[in-house]
Amino acid sequence: MSPLLETIGLTRHFKVGTGLTRSVLHAVDDVDLAIGEREIVALVGESGSGKSTLARLVAQVHKPTRGEIRYQGQPLTAHRGRRAKLAYRGDVPMVFQDPFASLNPAYRVSHGILRGLKLHRPELSGAERQAEAERVVEAVGLTPAAEVLSRFPYELSGGQRQRIGFAQALAHRPKLILADEPVSMLDVSIRIGLLNVMADLRETEGVSILYITHDIAGARYLSDRIAVMYGGHVVETGPTEDVLAHPRHPYTELLLSAVPDPRAPLDVDAAAAKTDPPVVIDPTPSCRFRTRCPLAVDRCHHVTPRLHPVAQGHTAACHVTAPPEGAQ
Amino acid sequence: MPEPLLSVTDLTVVYDTARGPVTAVDHVELIVEKGQFTAVVGESGCGKSTLMFAVAQLLNPPARIAGGTVRFRGENLVTLGERELNALRWRDYSVVLQSAMNALNPVATLAAQYKDAMAAHGTHTNEEIRARSSEVLDLVGIDPVHLHSYPHQLSGGMRQRAMIAMALLLTPDLVIMDEPTSALDVVAQRSLMVQIKELQQLLGFAVVFVTHDMSLVSHFSDQLLVMYAGQVVEQGPTRTVFDHPSHPYSRGLLEAFPSIRGPRVPLHGIPGSPPDLAAPPAGCRFTPRCPLVHERCHVSEPALYEVGAARSRCLLHLTEAAS
Ligand SMILES: Nc1ncnc2c1ncn2[C@@H]1O[C@H](COP(=O)(O)OP(=O)(O)OP(=O)(O)O)[C@@H](O)[C@H]1O
Ligand SMILES: Nc1ncnc2c1ncn2[C@@H]1O[C@H](COP(=O)(O)OP(=O)(O)O)[C@@H](O)[C@H]1O
Ligand code: SF4
Ligand code: SF4
Ligand SMILES: [Mg+2]
Ligand SMILES: [Mg+2]
Repeated sequence: MSPLLETIGLTRHFKVGTGLTRSVLHAVDDVDLAIGEREIVALVGESGSGKSTLARLVAQVHKPTRGEIRYQGQPLTAHRGRRAKLAYRGDVPMVFQDPFASLNPAYRVSHGILRGLKLHRPELSGAERQAEAERVVEAVGLTPAAEVLSRFPYELSGGQRQRIGFAQALAHRPKLILADEPVSMLDVSIRIGLLNVMADLRETEGVSILYITHDIAGARYLSDRIAVMYGGHVVETGPTEDVLAHPRHPYTELLLSAVPDPRAPLDVDAAAAKTDPPVVIDPTPSCRFRTRCPLAVDRCHHVTPRLHPVAQGHTAACHVTAPPEGAQ
Repeated sequence: MPEPLLSVTDLTVVYDTARGPVTAVDHVELIVEKGQFTAVVGESGCGKSTLMFAVAQLLNPPARIAGGTVRFRGENLVTLGERELNALRWRDYSVVLQSAMNALNPVATLAAQYKDAMAAHGTHTNEEIRARSSEVLDLVGIDPVHLHSYPHQLSGGMRQRAMIAMALLLTPDLVIMDEPTSALDVVAQRSLMVQIKELQQLLGFAVVFVTHDMSLVSHFSDQLLVMYAGQVVEQGPTRTVFDHPSHPYSRGLLEAFPSIRGPRVPLHGIPGSPPDLAAPPAGCRFTPRCPLVHERCHVSEPALYEVGAARSRCLLHLTEAAS
């Protein structure tokens, strides 16, 4: 059976600079990623690694430079009708976890939810719409729903606003929610509350979630599978527990060693933690992690490593730790 | 015993708002020894930034200091005038503000901004200023060619480092940092922490480091202060508080972090959110969220009680402290 959504060689380049300094920024390069029914996939990686760009490609905010997105087995072509595009937007909504950007301050909470319902589920009557709005607000743990719906955004806390973002998405009866968490981290109590909301939504509403985050501990708490991005490439992917217990890519190891864990002794390789960003502007064939990699060999400087299986469902892209079968 | 570098006593800060006075910092005590790393943690809205502004004497209306003293190297900063304070700023203590990303002047190069800060303290030649500016940039791991860069040409992490470099220009004794890493990703965050710690050990300045992410400081700070609703609710050696948190709020903060090790267990965090400081709950301010709340908590306001090497503002420790 085909997965709910699949990207094949998905690529997005941006032109930057002008005239003589014109060059091409490779934000997302050759990404193959699959998300199953009722599956939660975490997408982790440092700032600028291409996570949000990948999500925007899937949400069809950006057009791919190359590659394909298949949804329920069918390719999403550029030439679909308005109806098909609208239906897809309802099925695969994006939730920006920036509580300040996603809600219009001039309208009550109900406004956005009811409008979404009218657009995506025109068959509902006025009374049914109101009932559905209350249901989705309750589904994200906000009660009493009718009262919450009548509030203005400034009357909600940051954590409550973020839940409203999910409620808006739920109103469309989504199949896959693209949840993009901002860098600036939220208070611990808000964060854990949202992780629990997402876990519940999968149980009760049966949605799949692509959870984009810097927080690997949160990714572990929530996700079934994890994909690690670096410099526009997915460099490692697999079942979350397996990847975190047996990381194969040196970048995954670095990410894990940087997670502050009060229960563990300090273990940080200051040299590897130096943070020169990877070259993604006019990159030559090579491993993009080579400038920070303690294991780099000659080959890393002129051949781009591809993902190879290292365990059941677990792949990594590294010449040294994950060579193609038989190459060793 | 010599006087501590910084000693804050009974400090109270009030915002005069349309809804009435908001006591954002309520009788706070804080002692920082020379060269010590002190972390101040708590959820947003608990008064951490207000406390730092008050210590550095950077408050603006509607905020005012309603009481208490801030003794820095023996002088009460609260009673000093703007001129005397300007003589101390940058040279004796410096501040890296929350969202340092935006605290740099966007239309001036780093070199120009560093020059302004140094020129305010007199007798430096242009050559000295240039040399010192390169030196501090080098210290924080930025190539000195960036002296001629504007802030927008630097990444978030570099801007944060450039601010810290500026705070070190005149080798102060105390550097106050308000959430300097909150806008960075984990790897950048960790490497900046390691760097701050190395610099501190190299140069010997004391740090007061504010963060809402308690896990971040566990390996770096000597002393930990947990703030809730404008008050210090727990204070003690960092390791003690992490290993044996006394206050239910500290325990809640610690248990709200998922871990990358050990079994996966469901977490619930701390239900609810910090109270409105214009009308805090009677008795203990943590009552609406506390898993150990009992009858007396609603009527008696706890003080800070000694619990071993730490102090905790919880009535459960009242008897312990008395015995
Ligand atoms: N519209 C655009 N034009 C030019 N470059 C862009 C554009 N959008 C993104 N980029 C570049 O693409 C790369 C990936 O950016 P993206 O926003 O996907 O990163 P991210 O992984 O989401 O980072 P963060 O964790 O900071 O949100 C970056 O180098 C970014 O500067
Ligand atoms: N300019 C202001 N006017 C009125 N109240 C303020 C102002 N700035 C902060 N406060 C209030 O003071 C309290 C503490 O805020 P702050 O010191 O910023 O906390 P933290 O840094 O811990 O997040 C909060 O209740 C906040 O709403
Ligand atoms: S391919 Fe080479 S540079 Fe890249 S991660 Fe592997 S060893 Fe390091
Ligand atoms: S005094 Fe009571 S409510 Fe306050 S922290 Fe202690 S047990 Fe909880
Ligand atoms: Mg992003
Ligand atoms: Mg603050």
